[in-house]
Amino acid sequence: MERGNGFARARADEPPRPHARAQKRETVVALAGNPNVGKSTVFNALTGMHQHTGNWPGKTVVSARGSCEVQGKRYLLVDTPGSYSLMAHSAEEQAARDFICFGGADAVVVVCDASCLERNLDLALQTMEITDRVVVCVNLMDEARQRGTSVDLARLEARLGVPVVPACARAGQGLRELMHAVACVTREKPCQGCSKTREPQPKAARGAREGALDGRCSGCCCALCSPVRYAEPIEQALKLLIPAVSAVRPEKAPGARWLALRLLEGDRALCEGIDRMLGFSLARQPEVACALTQAKQSLSRAHLTGAALCDAIADTLVRTAGELCAGVIQKTPTKRERRDRRLDRILTSRRAGIPLMLLLLIGVFWLTITGANLPSQLLADGLFRFGEQLAKWLALAGAPEWLRGLAVDGAYRVLAWVVSVMLPPMAIFFPLFTLLEDLGYLPRVAFNLDRCFQKCRACGKQALTMAMGFGCNAAGVVGCRIIDSPRERLIAILTNSFVPCNGRFPTLTAILTMFFVGNSGGLGASLLCALLLTGLVLLGVGMTFLASRLLSGTVLRGVPSSFTLELPPYRRPQLGKVLVRSVLDRTLFVLGRAAAVAAPAGVLLWCMANLAVGGRTLLAVCASALDPVARFFGLDGVILLAFVLGFPANEIVVPIIIMAYLSQGSLVEMNDLSLLRALLVQNGWTWVTAVCTMLFSLMHWPCSTTCLTIHKETQSWKWTAAAVLLPTAAGLTACALVANLARAFAGG
Amino acid sequence: MRSNKPLAELHEGECARVTELLVQNGMRRRLLDIGLTPGTRVECELKSPSGDPAAYRIRGALIALRRRDAALVLTETE
Repeated sequence: MERGNGFARARADEPPRPHARAQKRETVVALAGNPNVGKSTVFNALTGMHQHTGNWPGKTVVSARGSCEVQGKRYLLVDTPGSYSLMAHSAEEQAARDFICFGGADAVVVVCDASCLERNLDLALQTMEITDRVVVCVNLMDEARQRGTSVDLARLEARLGVPVVPACARAGQGLRELMHAVACVTREKPCQGCSKTREPQPKAARGAREGALDGRCSGCCCALCSPVRYAEPIEQALKLLIPAVSAVRPEKAPGARWLALRLLEGDRALCEGIDRMLGFSLARQPEVACALTQAKQSLSRAHLTGAALCDAIADTLVRTAGELCAGVIQKTPTKRERRDRRLDRILTSRRAGIPLMLLLLIGVFWLTITGANLPSQLLADGLFRFGEQLAKWLALAGAPEWLRGLAVDGAYRVLAWVVSVMLPPMAIFFPLFTLLEDLGYLPRVAFNLDRCFQKCRACGKQALTMAMGFGCNAAGVVGCRIIDSPRERLIAILTNSFVPCNGRFPTLTAILTMFFVGNSGGLGASLLCALLLTGLVLLGVGMTFLASRLLSGTVLRGVPSSFTLELPPYRRPQLGKVLVRSVLDRTLFVLGRAAAVAAPAGVLLWCMANLAVGGRTLLAVCASALDPVARFFGLDGVILLAFVLGFPANEIVVPIIIMAYLSQGSLVEMNDLSLLRALLVQNGWTWVTAVCTMLFSLMHWPCSTTCLTIHKETQSWKWTAAAVLLPTAAGLTACALVANLARAFAGG
Repeated sequence: MRSNKPLAELHEGECARVTELLVQNGMRRRLLDIGLTPGTRVECELKSPSGDPAAYRIRGALIALRRRDAALVLTETE
């Protein structure tokens, strides 16, 4: 099936609103399923929208919408966050539950992992109690086959009573059949013996379940959809309650059976949600209240109240899923499973687990540093040469001197510097990282590090958000949504800046190379650089632990939350796709950032360096004002000013330092690090200055994008301020310590 | 030999059947959701470098649980 064949492009991402429908004639389809079953892959394949799908649970952190058109019919697809069950535990599961129950979707597609069908069916069964317009999509069929699992789909469909469609969304297979099944369940057709309209069910299904049902409607007055049969006392209680609920139930609401079960369970939050959606209090309706009392009495006679009832319901669902799968799934152990298990044993072993992690980290950094060298050089040469040409053209056009200075020496040079220094490393690091993600390795990292996080009273998933922070701190902050507990999420958000983002790598590697590694080039030098960079990063990680411990001992006190982390099977990453998408995404991002931040910063700097105030340039005035303070911390006025001005984006810190030292207000070609080193030493840099600058680069206020993101995620200025103060305080303390100790021991 | 012990005490590679959940409320629901209902067969597949958390094969999926939570799930080894 070719992509784009009749599938229209999707609109941009926005949170779904209940009952919101963009166009009247669109059919709204919700995509539900456990985390990590390929829901987003199905969504992407159908809508053509780019949404990042990585191989660890909880990747979809927002609900996304997209549209597609099949055979003349328009569909609005809503991708919900993965949930194990509709009994929501986290904000994400709640969002998924709310949309499936109250969002007014016309149909729900429950995406299941073929290798893990039994557990996935739990959600499908719960969904089938809410609505009968359900299609079960059994995804990842190719993987299941490789693992020796075969599924008898026809039998499953007969037992379930809803369409069951096999798919391999990665390869684009099964999607056409899926949309056909969706069209079937949402088609309007008169149903026998009922005034409501619905597509009649497969005949086999009805026959198979006649015995289990007493033929009464319990859904929306249509044929019964749910194959789940609870224990007798519960069924009796439902028999009492369902007629009363059906009588007051509006058309588009969840099925009466589901509503009745929720009333019996008595979950406050959920009942309030139901009442909100219905517009009236269900439990307080006269007949319902009466029937509810009777039903509860009959249940308490059978000792099924409170937790016992919830257990019984959950147990029935799980057991039914197991019964449905009995005889449907055939499993034979394969080489691949054994290989995966062996790999896992090694990667999480006591002796090799953590060393391998470190090696991998060093490897990634080394690849990034070495791979970026040549492209950076070439880009710098090309861009600076073009800059000179630009200056000539402006002169020819008769532009005034100051305009030439502003545009070329200011804006263009800084932009060129940022692009040539930032783009190659990012274009290498992000694909590498995405490959690791797709492979499924990252949850193993969280698994290995969880003990440390436990000791800090934080969540092991913070390891994942830290890893994301390597790429971009703002992305790391958004990724903190995978942490369920609000307290632990806040800790993860506040400490995310302790890991250096891609914007800081060039600063760190440049200083490392200039002062500690030497300019010899070659394998030894690049390895040493990678090792030292890893050391710095580990320092950042250590500070993260320390800061987390501090926070959870003071302002964010609390006990460690319950923690379940799914370790998905290893999947072969789609190399080509990942590389192309990643490189393209990153290139666009860097270029966009450079244009939006670096160019204006360049303009500002040029102005500051060329506007005179009382005989000195504005730059010099600011720098000398900050100088006394900065000296205490082992820095100098220019460095501190550079960090302050680098608030919009970390990558412009070094250009600012260079431009300030040159104090000509222009950035001459400075890609030769030995020249740069000479300039720095000329301006008073020693190894202490280098160390302090690196420490401060590692630990200082988050960049503006990150701050905005933090505010958006926490909805609180207080916590945003804390996120700014925490790393700054840490950085200043570290610098002060190093500077003053060095002064004390070495005398300067 | 059969023996009763909490999930947390299973060795790597050991299988058992869940008998009882001693944990309440939110965590209980979560454990039921991932399939740890009484009667389910589980296998302790992996232990992390420090021993805590450990990963268990539950109904086809590999799920990591912390020791303090796994200690509240009683099982009977086969």
